[in-house]
Amino acid sequence: MTKVKIYVTLRESVLDPQGSAVKGSLGKIGYNEVEDVRIGKYLEVTIGETDRDIDTIVKEMCEKLLTNTVIEDYRFEVEEAN
Amino acid sequence: MKFAVLVFPGSNCDIDMYHAIKDELGEEVEYVWHDATDLSGFDGILVPGGFSYGDYLRCGAMANQSNVMAEVKKAAEAGKPVLGVCNGFQILTEAGLLPGALLRNQNLKFMCRTVELKVENNNTLFTNQYEQGQTINIPIAHGEGNYYCDDETLAKLKENNQIVFTYSGENPNGSLVDIAGIINERGNVLGMMPHPERAVHELLGSDDGLALFKSIVKQWRESHVS
Repeated sequence: MTKVKIYVTLRESVLDPQGSAVKGSLGKIGYNEVEDVRIGKYLEVTIGETDRDIDTIVKEMCEKLLTNTVIEDYRFEVEEAN
Repeated sequence: MKFAVLVFPGSNCDIDMYHAIKDELGEEVEYVWHDATDLSGFDGILVPGGFSYGDYLRCGAMANQSNVMAEVKKAAEAGKPVLGVCNGFQILTEAGLLPGALLRNQNLKFMCRTVELKVENNNTLFTNQYEQGQTINIPIAHGEGNYYCDDETLAKLKENNQIVFTYSGENPNGSLVDIAGIINERGNVLGMMPHPERAVHELLGSDDGLALFKSIVKQWRESHVS
């Protein structure tokens, strides 16, 4: 079994109104050193026995469904699990 | 002319769309479930609003994986009119039938009210019954209608007159250059956040949406009268 941790964020060029609102709130409670907040998604995908290359499968899943590359970037970490 | 109204789990404007076509437009219409594998019997495809698959992951992402979407792509390739409203617009961008994407409204709020739209291009099969530059009143109801695309795509949209409707007056969601609706390059796929099917009778507060459906029928009749 393999556990994959996928991190999805809005692309740099895309405004993140949620992040901006949170940044404002952080400023309000005194964290004026905060320059930017970006909010994203975290997915854990557990993959069973397969002959296919895990990196290839995960990239495919990200491009086909898990992310929209028009507005989002992603990166992932592969962890062996028992 | 025979229309299909697609129905996904979580669609909720399908019934409005159905009645707009049947009762106000007076054309044939059928509901088509998302696992359908044949749309060849229909002349026009309507992708209604709602919250398909609960808007989980991203609006429209999972609806785009359903069987019927492969058929919608075929219909679009065949030149049939395809209209996506609200969640339908989101699904069409996820499907790559229209460029760009719909982001969270800039003010982070769900907006539900009637807005003024400007008809930016009346030379399309969806807008030939409007005047160029006409202002119309159509309701919106969405939390993620903030149209986004990159600069290159925007330049193309402008160059090809693909921006069909803009918000005139207040921009309710932060959409790029006030975009409310765009069409594909070929001119047979329209996506828009406002709901024309909710504005088809004066009793509903406006009948400005009816001309959009009449436009589709007019174009279809003209090209199918032998």
